[in-house]
Amino acid sequence: MKVMAQMAMVMNLDKCIGCHTCSVTCKQAWTNRAGTEYVWFNNVETRPGQGYPRRYEDQEEWQGGWTLNRRGRLALKAGGRFRKLLTIFSNPKMPGISDYYEPWTYDYATLTDAPAQEHTPVARPKSLISGNDMAIKWSANWDDNLGGSEATFAHDPILQKASLNNAATKVKRSFEETFMFYLPRICEHCLNPSCAASCPSGAIYKRSEDGIVLVDQDRCRGWRMCVSGCPYKKVYFNHRTGKAEKCTFCFPRIEVGIPTVCSETCVGRLRYIGLVLYDADRVLEAASTPDDHDLYEAQRSVFLDPNDPDVVREAERAGIPHDWVIAAQRSPIHALINTFKVALPLHPEYRTMPMVWYIPPLSPVVDAVAETGEDAEDQRNLFAAIDALRIPVEYLAELFTAGDVAPVDAVLRKLAAMRSYMRDINLGRDADASIPEGVGMTEEQMYDMYRLLALAKYDERYVIPPAHAEQAHSLEELATECALDYEGGPGMGGAGLFGEGSGPNVPIAVENFQMLANRQTSDTMASPGDKGARVNLLNWDGKGTPQGLFPPPPDAGVSAGSTTSGEGSTTSGEGSTTGGEGSTTSGEGSTGGADPK
Amino acid sequence: MKTLLWVIVPYVCLVTFVLGHWWRYRFDKFGWTTRSSQLYESRLLRLGSPLFHFGILGVVAGHIIGLVIPESWTDALGISETAYHWVALVGGIASGVLTVVGMAILIYRRRTTGPVFSATTPMDKVMYAVLGTVIVLGMWNTIASSLFGLGGVDGDAYNYREGVSLWFRSIFELRPDVDAMAGAPLGFQLHALGACALFALWPFTRLVHVFSAPVGYLTRPYIVYRTRDASPAGSRPPRRGWEKVDV
Repeated sequence: MKVMAQMAMVMNLDKCIGCHTCSVTCKQAWTNRAGTEYVWFNNVETRPGQGYPRRYEDQEEWQGGWTLNRRGRLALKAGGRFRKLLTIFSNPKMPGISDYYEPWTYDYATLTDAPAQEHTPVARPKSLISGNDMAIKWSANWDDNLGGSEATFAHDPILQKASLNNAATKVKRSFEETFMFYLPRICEHCLNPSCAASCPSGAIYKRSEDGIVLVDQDRCRGWRMCVSGCPYKKVYFNHRTGKAEKCTFCFPRIEVGIPTVCSETCVGRLRYIGLVLYDADRVLEAASTPDDHDLYEAQRSVFLDPNDPDVVREAERAGIPHDWVIAAQRSPIHALINTFKVALPLHPEYRTMPMVWYIPPLSPVVDAVAETGEDAEDQRNLFAAIDALRIPVEYLAELFTAGDVAPVDAVLRKLAAMRSYMRDINLGRDADASIPEGVGMTEEQMYDMYRLLALAKYDERYVIPPAHAEQAHSLEELATECALDYEGGPGMGGAGLFGEGSGPNVPIAVENFQMLANRQTSDTMASPGDKGARVNLLNWDGKGTPQGLFPPPPDAGVSAGSTTSGEGSTTSGEGSTTGGEGSTTSGEGSTGGADPK
Repeated sequence: MKTLLWVIVPYVCLVTFVLGHWWRYRFDKFGWTTRSSQLYESRLLRLGSPLFHFGILGVVAGHIIGLVIPESWTDALGISETAYHWVALVGGIASGVLTVVGMAILIYRRRTTGPVFSATTPMDKVMYAVLGTVIVLGMWNTIASSLFGLGGVDGDAYNYREGVSLWFRSIFELRPDVDAMAGAPLGFQLHALGACALFALWPFTRLVHVFSAPVGYLTRPYIVYRTRDASPAGSRPPRRGWEKVDV
């Protein structure tokens, strides 16, 4: 047994309202640079729908992930090492920019510069890649809320799967009337990452401490094999720097014990972050499970019970700090995956052992029952509906269990049972012990699950042990040294000698970490007054008036812009917010979000 | 003049080549990439890029055989001059044609595909010009001297293995054999000078990606694990030891 720790996420899809806040904040924090316009480390897809990039789930086309070869051994679907090197001069399976979308902006200047004329001037869309006029035909989010589904619906690769491919019109009607949900996606930080296995340079690595999969930007040589290797298409090619980029699980934040930007800003509070312990020696065996339907259980069996004394002993032998073991015991991820068994992996059939799991949505079923006028909180009605509404269940099964309906069924029943059981309690009626029993749970478990899914506070949803102080000097953000104390100093970035992005690397979120630390430790509500005029709008929580964010009031002197302790909000009458300086931090990602409550 | 062309220039270019790479690797690892434009356009690339790259690999192999291996070695193996000549000619022309055709497709693509053209840096253009010149001169030498006997003695082809190759090896022996090169036909001289320029430019162009050919991929394990402290994820350089003492 080789115990390793993995930072993992679970998303409760029942709560996702498709507001895209996670995508936007992630983009602001990480990919608001030239070359990453089309890059969405986090995106929210409407299902059924084609996803982003278009039809990425069709692995017969894209050849992502792993497969079992004729001898039953695990092999990269797109071919092994020799094949990769032979095709290195032109990657045969790389999505083009048209499979994502051509990023654009608008020619806003025309709106103000146009001479007086009979017709209102228009801002034409301009391609951010070629600079020319362009027709907008697709975007990251084109089929949001089933928009345009008449034209695009039939191309959903999941709907084309055999099990769902019966009577297309019936499927379609039934979906459009009863069934739509959102699927937020980030990098899966897989236990068996096929992007890393596809990388000829060895630039993609899995961190042995927390399992976060990262691209070493200094080692990446732009061979692009990771883009095709990842079945979730969550590695992107920065076309300006010629390097691969991917979701980092906001590691600079995780290292100091705060959740990722997408989780922090999630309006529905549907994301959970925590540790799981797993047995690294058994990953390959589990990923090689012959039957696709057994992959969900196989992956679950790789996880170790952090409360088992043997596991704790082995973990400590493997060098996992004690507080990390404690965190693994408190982990909401472990509870949702292994204790309550309500979280399922996304596409286990890719055999990468993804580590972002999902609680499938019950709400489409509830809505369907409610529309009939029946009691939508009654477990008998819900159970009947789960059985009757086979199409949603089969669709979910194609997403989460390689088509095996039974586990999805079981999860939905647990969620339905929880609704009925808790309603009795909330209405002051006697709790019906037979309800949890019917789905194989105890009353206490059911209540705990309810707590975790419905009430859990910040520190219950995010159980993130910070990286260790004795390791602190190797962390990227070093609180003990000056934030700008790196080679090249401040002001780096922009176009280097050899094109954009060349030249010394700038630490990713040094600035942000310092800002958070200052905020958390200072007496004032906003950044201390001695900071420069640079304002990170992502860090500004509306309290105080950071210097440089507002023009000085007409009557006050020079010091007017600085913060005054206790002054709760911006003074009214100060007028326009011209925070231009702060928002343009090119190059480095400035992670945002409030400090932990 | 001979010394300038065949001693000073080559050595300056070689030193630039070596020091340039060291400098680039040390200070611009982030810029060390193929700068692929496949995301913009892949139909022409799929045709042109493998043609060019496999062709140029053949060309490089041919140069190694022709320049590095002394004639006496092949003589010792019993390979006659005629046999060697024909093998070199056929192999050279084959890979040369692949290279030139591939390069033509790639340059056409670069010029006509809007996004690819706008992603082309001035350094790329200079590099393309020099690389193209060197390749065309090399093709010319192969065809002109071998087939038409240009620059040779008594209608025979110019035997570069008794001229250019001697000079090439002598450079690395630090005893430059100027006369061997000075006596070569003009085409070969220009080709050699062009190559020197190319080597001097090399470290400052995208050509550096040649030195990151991922042969290690064949032997390394699929999944790479790295610990945080072995190699910090950021670019913070390790501090000099005497600057600060950690408690």
